[in-house]
Amino acid sequence: MEWETVIGLEIHAQLATKSKIFSGAAIAYGAEPNTQACAIDLGMPGVLPVLNREAARMAVMLGLSIGAEIARRSVFARKNYFYPDLPKGYQISQYELPIVQKGRLSIDLEDGTRKVIGVTRAHLEEDAGKSLHEDFHGQSGIDLNRAGTPLLEIVSEPDLRSAKEAVAYMKKLHQMVVYLGICDGNMQEGSFRCDANVSVRRKGDPQFGTRAEIKNLNSFRFVERAIEFEVERQIDLIESGGKVVQETRLYDPDQGETRSMRSKEEANDYRYFPDPDLLPLVLDDDFINAARAGLPELPDIKKQRFITQYGLSAYDAGVLTASRELGDYYEAVVAALGGEPKLCANWVTGDLAAFLNKDNREIADSPVSAVRLAGLLRRIQDQTISGKIAKEVFEALWAGEGDADAIIEKRGLRQITDTSAIEKVIDGVIAANPDQLAQYRAGKDKLFAFFVGQVMKASKGKANPQQVNDLLMEKLKG
Amino acid sequence: MHEKTIAQLGAGLAAGHFSSEELTRAFLERIERFNPLLNAFITVTAEAALAQARAADERRRRGEAGPLTGVPMAHKDIFCTDGVRTSCGSRMLDRFIAPYNATVVEQINAAGAVMLGKTNMDEFAMGSSNETSFYGPVRNPWDLDAVPGGSSGGSAAAVAARLTPGATGTDTGGSIRQPAALCGITGIKPTYGRVSRWGMIAYASSLDQGGPMARTAEDCALLLGAMAGFDPRDSTSVDRPVPDYSAHLDQPLDGLKIGLPREYFGAGLDSAVAQAVEAAIAEYRKLGAEMVEISLPNSQLAIPAYYVVAPAECSSNLARFDGVRYGHRCEDPKDLLDLYTRSRGEGFGAEVKRRILVGTFALSAGYYDAYYLKAQQIRRLISEDFRRAFTQVDVIMGPTSPTVAFNLGEKADDPITMYLSDIYTIAVNLAGLPGLSLPVGFVGQRPVGLQLIGDYFTEERLLNIAHRYQQVSDWHNRAPAAFG
Repeated sequence: MEWETVIGLEIHAQLATKSKIFSGAAIAYGAEPNTQACAIDLGMPGVLPVLNREAARMAVMLGLSIGAEIARRSVFARKNYFYPDLPKGYQISQYELPIVQKGRLSIDLEDGTRKVIGVTRAHLEEDAGKSLHEDFHGQSGIDLNRAGTPLLEIVSEPDLRSAKEAVAYMKKLHQMVVYLGICDGNMQEGSFRCDANVSVRRKGDPQFGTRAEIKNLNSFRFVERAIEFEVERQIDLIESGGKVVQETRLYDPDQGETRSMRSKEEANDYRYFPDPDLLPLVLDDDFINAARAGLPELPDIKKQRFITQYGLSAYDAGVLTASRELGDYYEAVVAALGGEPKLCANWVTGDLAAFLNKDNREIADSPVSAVRLAGLLRRIQDQTISGKIAKEVFEALWAGEGDADAIIEKRGLRQITDTSAIEKVIDGVIAANPDQLAQYRAGKDKLFAFFVGQVMKASKGKANPQQVNDLLMEKLKG
Repeated sequence: MHEKTIAQLGAGLAAGHFSSEELTRAFLERIERFNPLLNAFITVTAEAALAQARAADERRRRGEAGPLTGVPMAHKDIFCTDGVRTSCGSRMLDRFIAPYNATVVEQINAAGAVMLGKTNMDEFAMGSSNETSFYGPVRNPWDLDAVPGGSSGGSAAAVAARLTPGATGTDTGGSIRQPAALCGITGIKPTYGRVSRWGMIAYASSLDQGGPMARTAEDCALLLGAMAGFDPRDSTSVDRPVPDYSAHLDQPLDGLKIGLPREYFGAGLDSAVAQAVEAAIAEYRKLGAEMVEISLPNSQLAIPAYYVVAPAECSSNLARFDGVRYGHRCEDPKDLLDLYTRSRGEGFGAEVKRRILVGTFALSAGYYDAYYLKAQQIRRLISEDFRRAFTQVDVIMGPTSPTVAFNLGEKADDPITMYLSDIYTIAVNLAGLPGLSLPVGFVGQRPVGLQLIGDYFTEERLLNIAHRYQQVSDWHNRAPAAFG
């Protein structure tokens, strides 16, 4: 029996506003409990919500970036349920008329093809607080710092057909919101998290199977594993004569399995209705145009530009546009050097990336600035140093020993290009290795590399390799 | 001094006939003497009032006094008052000290008025008789066996008994106008959005509107001027300049077209009330107004629509009272569900529970379209009725309530009959229009109110129309015998 997996994702992106979606309280992760919650966030009697304009602008930015329809009129609704970390007894969300509708996002599949994933909608809502179950001796604490934090819930169509596709979609969306600067993308802190709706059906079956919703997946790895587990579970269940029930499940990363949380029957009746405290959100052309004007170059377009403008491979262009900061850094290196885009790409994706990775740093925290890296590359370009010596200089740059010229000067790394000086070294090496010379001349061509090595060693790596090659070739001939 | 209106008190203060401190003491003494009889106040803030009064006197000495500076008044206990218990007439908030001021309170404070205390009300403003208050019923100063109306019954009774010259009220379905009528005073519910709802504990957010209650239209104009205005903290507040409501009170009524809706004079209207209202209408003819019979054909749908919309919104608005962060919490909850059910079960009274249940039902899956959505459609029909009427007439006139004040306990067990007490006022809230009630006579010793309904933002005109009548009548100057 061949099975097909059907997945739809609901992604919650925390919007990077300064203050909350309906109050003026600040948003910062990790503050002391209940220090970032004002009367509105606490749901005090008589308080009223006022929409944070910035949250609406950010939602529109995402909508424009995924080719979606921006609703000229959208409506905030109350989702009613009781929970201790939900101060008002309802969450303000959008229900029937969300701000963003009918978008699409294309993802690159492993086989090199592209696939367009439909985005059903994206709506604004407020986050709830957090229950604290430790340190309260059988009681629970409530921290309302997070209550009222703006979220954009982005709902995909059930267009994803594997865990890998789901991860690719999630990564693409992650890249997008971070590019747009509307979300910090920090998954450990819960700024970007996902619920996955998963079902299976027999291949060719026009009907979808019954789905299970897996809640609160906060890493790409968990999404992949949870979906894979869930797909296996559902297939095993059906093949052994059982039936999938519609329910909410939780993923346990320690056990690597999903577990039932509540069934459809136990689900709340949220009694949605339009929030009478908030008028419908009406967006005019000026607002939408201003949001459009604030859009950065989007990742796909930037990648294409890197390919055509800098002659990079699709792979390098993809790596260099993975984040806005990396792309900016790369372009700053190219600009400072005044050309040589491929050399720049090699260094940024090669040595620099390796060092960043080793030290677990982001490009923004690179100890080597774009200008300093360009300074190093300039010396490779003008043959002051060889590529090999450049690696040593780069290490010194990384360690903060000044700019490339100072390091080259201080360490005496300037490449030797004076022909007579190189000849002197070569003569010495040949004189010291008469046996090898004899063998070479007898036809053992492979010993050429030996001589190059000896010359480079004797010159402490500073001799210009091309000149060494040429001169050796001459001299060894005799 | 207590017999004077706000305008007269303001003039007396300005002329230096008495200080605000003297005035405040006089009213505090009356409250001490009469409140046990009426139960109009839940909280009296004597010390703070005297401090405010002295500050007002000081301000006057500096030459910075306005028309309300030093004038005592009271706030319905639905308005949050910083550092003062704000109970909303409920056990749920019996020990709740508000941590901030409502915008209305802030603005009235800024005008220099003196707060005497917080007035009694139906629990969470749900009631038409003030009998649902956790603090017990308020009595009508005109007849202690009668209810004062509700939900702003404490404010109405306090003004009628001269325990305060003016008070704030709120009106969701008639809660300013009906008690004003039943207590023989003047009260205006402004256009929805005219007065900020920030800090006013919500009953039904799309209907709630604060407004002033006083003896005369002239006084209401002064108070409304201080209460009204755009508030960026209330998204439903309207950004529109506040006129000087006192400026055109004397404008003549010649040629004024008054609409008399057929539906407001039919079955259910007490004939003696009808007579008093007819007499007032005759007086308006003498003042130069022209009467036009009109129809508001969807009037009979107002009460059913209201009792879907208001409970639906209240079921959600009152969800925050869960015993977790503030308000009543049951003893020794054994788990979360127990905490919720007992805290809410103990904290809320019967009428509040009834409306929460009705509203929860109306919003439930499978019923939403049939009830809530249908009620919203009816709201539009009702608004449309008024819109059409205002193409023909300048103002609509009729009884405020179908009967005079009923006896305490008379309708307490019959919610439907009780709800009918607001039959003429509710449509005004559903449409968001301004409405005013003024005293126009008595049936026995119980007052009759006349309702004026205006088009959006015509408060100035309504006050003018009421004021002109009060220039040629003295109902508003009569005091209940025991409180004269």
